[in-house]
Amino acid sequence: MKPKSKILAKDYLDKLSTGFESSVMPKIEDYNTEKKKTIIYIGAGTCGLGAGAGKTKVAVENYLSEKNIDAKIIEVGCIGYCTAEPIVDIELPEKNRISFSKVTSDKVDALLDSVFAGKSEGHAILGQFEVDGIKPWTKVPKIFDHPFFVKQKRIVLQNCGIIDPVSIDEYIFKGGYKSLIQVLKKQSSDEVISTIEKSGLRGRGGGGFSTGMKWRLAYKTPSDQKYMICNADEGDPGAFMDRAVIEGDPHRLLEGLAIGSYAVGASVAYIYIRAEYPLAIKRLKIAIQQAEDYGLLGHNILNTGFDLKIKIKMGAGAFVCGEETALMHSIEGYRGMPSPRPPFPTESGLFGKPSVINNVETYSNVPSIIQNGWEWYNAIGTERSKGTKVFALSGNVKNTGLVEIPMGTTVREIIFDIAGGIPNKKKFKAVQIGGPSGGCITEENLDIQIDYQNLIAVGAMMGSGGLVVMDEDTCMVDIAKFFMDFIQRESCGKCIPCREGTKRMLEILQNITAKPHNYQGNQALERFRGVMQLEKLGHIIQETSLCGLGQSAPNPVLSTLRYFRHEYEAHIFERVCPANKCTELRKFKILIDKCTGCTVCSKKCPTNAIIGSKKTPHFIVDDKCIGCGSCQEVCKFEAIELI
Amino acid sequence: MKATIDSILIGYENSGRDALIPLLQEIQENEGFLSEEAIVKTGNKLKIPTSKIYGVATFYNQFRFEPVGKYHVQVCRGTACHVLGSATVLQELETCLKVKAGQTTRDGLFSIEVVACIGACGLAPVICINGEFYANVTAVSIKNIIDTYRSKDANYETEVKNIS
Amino acid sequence: MSLNIDVNGKIYEAFDGETILTVLNRNGIRVPTLCNMKNFIPTGACRICVVEVEGNSKLVSSCSFPVFNNMKIKTHSPRVVEARKTIVELLLSNHPDDCLFCVRNSNCELQSLAKEYHVVERRIHGVKNNHKIDFSSLSIVRDPDKCILCGRCVRVCEETMGVSCIEFTNRGSKSIIGTTMGKGLNTSSCVNCGQCIMVCPTGALSERNQTSLVQEALNHPEKMVVVQYAPSITVSIAEEFGMKPGKDITGTLNAALRKMGFRFVFDTTFGADLTIIEEASELIDRITKAGKLPMFTSCCPAWVKYAEEFAPDFLVNLSSCKSPQQMTGAIIKTYFADKIKQKPEDIISVSIMPCTAKKFEAQRDTMGRNGVNDVDIVISTRELIELINLNGIDMNNIQPEITDSPMGVRSSAGKIFGATGGVMEAALRTAYKILTGTELTNFKISALRGFAGRKEAKIQINDLEVGVAVVSGLANAAKLIEEIRNGRKDIHFVEVMTCPGGCIAGGGQRIGASEAIIDARMQSLYKIDEKETLKASHKNPEIVELYANFLGEPLQRKSHELLHTKFCKRDVLL
Repeated sequence: MKPKSKILAKDYLDKLSTGFESSVMPKIEDYNTEKKKTIIYIGAGTCGLGAGAGKTKVAVENYLSEKNIDAKIIEVGCIGYCTAEPIVDIELPEKNRISFSKVTSDKVDALLDSVFAGKSEGHAILGQFEVDGIKPWTKVPKIFDHPFFVKQKRIVLQNCGIIDPVSIDEYIFKGGYKSLIQVLKKQSSDEVISTIEKSGLRGRGGGGFSTGMKWRLAYKTPSDQKYMICNADEGDPGAFMDRAVIEGDPHRLLEGLAIGSYAVGASVAYIYIRAEYPLAIKRLKIAIQQAEDYGLLGHNILNTGFDLKIKIKMGAGAFVCGEETALMHSIEGYRGMPSPRPPFPTESGLFGKPSVINNVETYSNVPSIIQNGWEWYNAIGTERSKGTKVFALSGNVKNTGLVEIPMGTTVREIIFDIAGGIPNKKKFKAVQIGGPSGGCITEENLDIQIDYQNLIAVGAMMGSGGLVVMDEDTCMVDIAKFFMDFIQRESCGKCIPCREGTKRMLEILQNITAKPHNYQGNQALERFRGVMQLEKLGHIIQETSLCGLGQSAPNPVLSTLRYFRHEYEAHIFERVCPANKCTELRKFKILIDKCTGCTVCSKKCPTNAIIGSKKTPHFIVDDKCIGCGSCQEVCKFEAIELI
Repeated sequence: MKATIDSILIGYENSGRDALIPLLQEIQENEGFLSEEAIVKTGNKLKIPTSKIYGVATFYNQFRFEPVGKYHVQVCRGTACHVLGSATVLQELETCLKVKAGQTTRDGLFSIEVVACIGACGLAPVICINGEFYANVTAVSIKNIIDTYRSKDANYETEVKNIS
Repeated sequence: MSLNIDVNGKIYEAFDGETILTVLNRNGIRVPTLCNMKNFIPTGACRICVVEVEGNSKLVSSCSFPVFNNMKIKTHSPRVVEARKTIVELLLSNHPDDCLFCVRNSNCELQSLAKEYHVVERRIHGVKNNHKIDFSSLSIVRDPDKCILCGRCVRVCEETMGVSCIEFTNRGSKSIIGTTMGKGLNTSSCVNCGQCIMVCPTGALSERNQTSLVQEALNHPEKMVVVQYAPSITVSIAEEFGMKPGKDITGTLNAALRKMGFRFVFDTTFGADLTIIEEASELIDRITKAGKLPMFTSCCPAWVKYAEEFAPDFLVNLSSCKSPQQMTGAIIKTYFADKIKQKPEDIISVSIMPCTAKKFEAQRDTMGRNGVNDVDIVISTRELIELINLNGIDMNNIQPEITDSPMGVRSSAGKIFGATGGVMEAALRTAYKILTGTELTNFKISALRGFAGRKEAKIQINDLEVGVAVVSGLANAAKLIEEIRNGRKDIHFVEVMTCPGGCIAGGGQRIGASEAIIDARMQSLYKIDEKETLKASHKNPEIVELYANFLGEPLQRKSHELLHTKFCKRDVLL
């Protein structure tokens, strides 16, 4: 830590705190006077570490000690551009911060050599951060002009990957905690809630319920104790924005949570976070400690009489705990099974007390709304959905990562402009939005403007914002099967439609993708009825399930059925998988002219389905073949072909 | 030195039901799994019937009732990983180690666990061995990864032998 | 506040805070339920009770949804019926297809629902589960494949009994009701009360059926088979044979049992009288000799096991008396065996109990001597009905017969053992007599009657005010114990019955008896007490004779050996 600036940041905070009373506001510049020295930022979020940032950091350290250079290394969170990890930024004194991508440990020496020599050429440059009055790098584009960033509007992610997540000072010097102080010093609960209501902010966790209205409901329910809960149990396979925000900018969440707690009158707040996110948990703990040390959390915050204790609860791994009532049962120490509503959590929630649950992204919007006013936020987005939304881009796209776009951006812009389109010259097939509760968007709907209603209209859902792109090689039945398998495993098992229905739907999908031999009993008939059955079951599950998870559980199947019915029919009637993904439906043959009888394939075959003697062409016994394709992979003579 | 169940329980004096999951997590972190003894002792401490504790523990993916291998391989089965072929990776891993997901190899060296989503979708398919991430894993590279761990262990053992 | 709600086009009155289901039921509209239980907070789990509410895009569960003014409900629209039918079909899709081989055939809620919703075709196929049947318990058999996970057993075990030996385990389609670590019920804290069986809608839970053992015994060439039946049995089976619920059919039952081949038919009520003599004496002994108080009754075997597991510090408070079943059994194999010059080992003693825990009790270590059990086979009321039917006995066309001597005469005090509070009332009658030498002026102690889970009274005996408490439902017992642990001192004597309402609602009784039927059983017992003249155990001439000829004095050597037992802490997974 840097003790000198710590005092300065605290001083600044104190001045800020009195500033709201005396109307003399301090200037950040007067306090953030630390003498510049070389800083090397390394993207060390989970994704960065996965890409090798740990080794990069060691290489940088070695380099610095070898050359005896006095520079500071800061591990930052994820800027969102996962494909470019490990990202290393270098900030030389009196020179703009410049960002390089894919800096694996072997590239460190060469990179640092040239940067310290004032040259940037020859390395994968993302761009430079522009700061007024600081000397720019010549011929280096601005980072936010990079195609990945240019269409983004970064509110929630504004600090991610840029500031040191374990330094509260950096957050403060970026304008952090000003909103909290402003709210505590100058605004009533009612005013705060009105601001949030008027901003049009809606819950970013799925349903899109008005955040302000939720706060007001809890605010109006009289009680001796209220709870504020942050849902960071990002169970959706394919979404990781909560992790990135907490790893990259934990104080933003804390500030939003504190503002919310003040507004509804909660003195205890919980952050329910997945245990699978150890780094996020660690950084969150540090952030809470720092905020408590600065008197921004805890007892009698800034002498306003407002108390707030933030507790971390580690989720033990259950997707259903993303559902409000289930999450509260889990905090209470029970099986995370949802309860019927009403009563709603805002009346009777955690421990029977009024409680508000919002997710990480929702809270992270709050400080900016307070800071810039509801009019500012309300001006972003579409008529019915305001602000921005963070999406986690993954799958068959060139650039994977996190993007924050204003509502109203089209899906096409995200996939083809920001994410750079589909790699390997493949064709786009569909994009899955909203994870297991969501649905697919196809080519025809790529130009819809993203907002809550439009997505629902095309059978998808905002959900938590996972956006998985699929190319022409993807089998949609396989994807539906994947989601049903996930859902039926993650169903809590409480209500019959979800517990039994999703399992039955999975069984139907397994049946239609099963090997077309050895039918037993009614399997053939069952298969023919498959499509009808899936639709019927899907609708009943939607209508009768107890909780939101169950009600949206059939969405992936219904949505793929809506757009890719022909694929289902091909599986069912023709018994082929058009994308050749469903291995059991694949058939291979050996080309007699090409086979040399090397026996490699027969040795590799897991089911001994390939026979033939040495140096004579082999052939495949269909009944034994499971379509795994390992023979094709090992054949050096391209003698094995898919039929 | 790892904490024992009893020493962990000391920290939970006068705790309520809401302490149950954190307590189980702490025990598992130290013991590697939840034994019957752990469940009974937890029940006594928090005054919760053991059946309820078992019910809670079996509800969540995190809790195990058998020890894991020395190298615990977590295979991410998130959507992004699935689209990019994690099913093949898992299959290959299972053939390679000759155990199914959720099991431990007989020598106690490896165990496989399928996890919902590690949250590193940009690096899909991802696996995680004892906390270390491996990105863009393929059916081929998984074998190499496993082999490095195998030889690491063999080296260690010969070293130990040499010392003794 | 009064509200108006529109159900299927008609307006009904409702009250603020009520659920839709309550209003429907009050107005004669039946909506099927599976997970719902009267007097329990609804969980909304099964979704079979869904109805359409205008303004809600999804169907809502009527058991949990509160009414609001002017709401419009459709209870049987095609949409609703289709949803319910599909839910039933989903349950059936992986349910074992063996209704004809099921213990609950023709008395199964799932079966009735399938009929009600006209499920005549298998539209949804599912992969069947293949769980192991748990035969480990002496009393209860669990077949998880037949379980529909309504959770009623879990709730009764937790909320009514405070035992919680079973719970939902695992998740999603792998969910299963299980014990700690998925072990057998025998190693769990299960007290064998059988209330889980009573609430189970299907055949997933049933008693350990021992009718074949009885049949075998009855046909054994060398053994002599005798039978005893509990006080509540005679008032609990009439409706099964088309008679008025609650009707006392002692005579008919005696005749039926003899027709089946039982050589001697005894009434456990005699044992109840005997219990009263011993227990009342023990109470007086504890009061006068500064023994451990309050004294708890020990005639309910599920309660005894509960105390051994959950309240071992209270075992010294338990009366050391055996239960009436075991006392009767002990007397049969000693006094009676001598009398008819049979070797005890040649007698097979069967008992018919409204209870599943009695099966366990009969197998306890201390319940016999020289390798001979006091009671050999215990069957429940349900198994009795099975045996009556199996043996082709027409209950409506047989002449009543009287019970065999020497255990043929009983007091009505023993008879009311069958209802909660009965043991206490009977014991007080005798204790009063022993202490004061005079009889109570009014035998009826109204404060101890009725279905309340906890009843208390203060009885003046000489200059001593005796505080008594009666609890049924073990959760109520647990609360009282906690009060006593916390220093409550005004209670001297406590009766505990595990099943709410006592043995008339025991875990071995007919399944599906309504509250009205159970009430009729209770009224029937009290009517017997009202009509008959022999109202106190100590006045039973055969009891007097038994002490004079065989036992000597209460609490003395012989009765101690035959009629008393020991309890000890049990090491189970709590």
